[in-house]
Amino acid sequence: MTTNTQSPISITRVPKNAGWRLFLQTVIARMYPRIIGQLREKSWVFFDLFLPIMGVAAYVFVYRAIKAPEDYVGFVVVGGAMTAFWLNVLWAMSSQLYWEKETGNLGLYIMAPNSLMAILLGMALGGMLATTLRAVIILVLGSWLFNVQFAVSSFLQLFAVFMLTMTALYGMGMMFASVFLLLSREAWHWTNLAQEPVYLASGFYFPVSSFNFWIAASASIIPLTLGLDAIRQLVFASGPSLGFVSVQIEIAVLVALCVIFLTAARYLLRYMERLAIREGRITESRR
Amino acid sequence: MTTNTQYPIPNTPSPLWHSFKTAAWLGWQIESNWTDPLIFAIYSVIKPLSASAILVVMYSVITNGDYASPIFPYIYLGNAFYQYVGAIMAGISWAVIEDREHYRTLKYIYVAPLNVPMYLLGRGVARFATGSISVFITVTFGVLFLQVPLNLAEVNWPLFIGSLFLGVVMLAMMGLILAGVTLLIANQVWFVGEAVAGALYLFSGAIFPLDVLPVWLRPVGYLMPLTYWLELVRRALIGNAAAAFPTLAGWSNGQLLSILLALTLVFGGLGYYVFRKCDHLARERGMIDMTTNY
Repeated sequence: MTTNTQSPISITRVPKNAGWRLFLQTVIARMYPRIIGQLREKSWVFFDLFLPIMGVAAYVFVYRAIKAPEDYVGFVVVGGAMTAFWLNVLWAMSSQLYWEKETGNLGLYIMAPNSLMAILLGMALGGMLATTLRAVIILVLGSWLFNVQFAVSSFLQLFAVFMLTMTALYGMGMMFASVFLLLSREAWHWTNLAQEPVYLASGFYFPVSSFNFWIAASASIIPLTLGLDAIRQLVFASGPSLGFVSVQIEIAVLVALCVIFLTAARYLLRYMERLAIREGRITESRR
Repeated sequence: MTTNTQYPIPNTPSPLWHSFKTAAWLGWQIESNWTDPLIFAIYSVIKPLSASAILVVMYSVITNGDYASPIFPYIYLGNAFYQYVGAIMAGISWAVIEDREHYRTLKYIYVAPLNVPMYLLGRGVARFATGSISVFITVTFGVLFLQVPLNLAEVNWPLFIGSLFLGVVMLAMMGLILAGVTLLIANQVWFVGEAVAGALYLFSGAIFPLDVLPVWLRPVGYLMPLTYWLELVRRALIGNAAAAFPTLAGWSNGQLLSILLALTLVFGGLGYYVFRKCDHLARERGMIDMTTNY
């Protein structure tokens, strides 16, 4: 005998987002903990400001010890502020999928019906907001402590350079994140290794034009190299004379880097995700 | 029927030495076996040389490469030997973070027949070894390519070895203090070692003479044992060129060594006391097996 009873519980369909709405929802969902985490955990104010200011001050006093022109002190302050972005991209963007793997979240990200690119974009935007706040505080505090004199020649270009640098930089972070999907405990070491060499190659504490043209040109693959150089040209009186190439060329190259890194990130994320699933690396934990 | 068989207890080595030796071996494995030896060698070379190269480029941009000036070896050697600070001091406190947060084995270390402070000091040995490689590479590069006036025949070896030994002990004791503090904090624990190393970098005259600091900040530098240690290492390696700066010019090597010895003893006592106190509090508050996921 078959019964044909209907369940008394009426099932109401919950509207679910798809397409660009889901993408946007994912971005906001991943951005949220980054911002809220910063607000809840106040100790970053000490550690994230204290550390860079110490580094900036040490390099400022080196320049003072060797009697460098005062604009170099400004170069160090601006470079020191920008280290916040590089550290954020390295530790909270590129290697983030490795940390997520370590804490067991990565499998959930892959299972959920959303785009990994949206998750990374959410991380990027959340991280960028908090990091911008840090960079601004370092810049203001450093300028005040060391009496840095700015002479901004174009606010519009400065804004464009900053936004393009950030887009290209975080695009590069997304691209590297895909590579980190395959890494295990070596990820920490690679991230650690990418700090000082990039500070050196990108000229965080000196004008990148101090290098041979081809070395500086090769270092320009890192968006911060041209971004920093352009910012220094736009905000310091001696900036243009110490610049690598003209600001217009730097803006054009930054636009190209944005397109290249974002496209590469999209392609590589798909490819590496498939590869990581195939090789069973999504949930592995080789400590 | 009850048996009263006594099993022979094997001769176990001293728990202090055993803890230290085992931890040193473990630390070396953790530091080095994450990749193949070639990549590890490249990693060990690139990182220290890049950090030094930043200062070299800054210096050469301003002075047009005047490496003969006494300030250059002052900066270069100070920076090279400062790598020990990050390696040993931050390394020992890092062992707590790694074992508690990453490997989640700190609770097992505590229940094993080990002496925990000696275990942590042993973990610092691997960092000391990798730090020594970095220092050696950096100094050799400076001598070969940047005219750092270091002549092996003129080095004051007893002073160098004596001050290096005292410095390493002093850094290890400072590391133990940080390790104790690390046991008690959850958030931002990753940055404690770096924060202290960063502050000492500024105040110890590692890369510029203390006279460059504002007058009101200089006393902080005089309180740091690192200031005397770095000065002694420079004097041992390059003699009078290091003593050319007014900061510590009025002090003899013997006086500096005595100050360093006294400060090392102070930090030794402090390290032992602080670690014991923090260790007790961490046990009491149940923080030994804490995982913060930060």
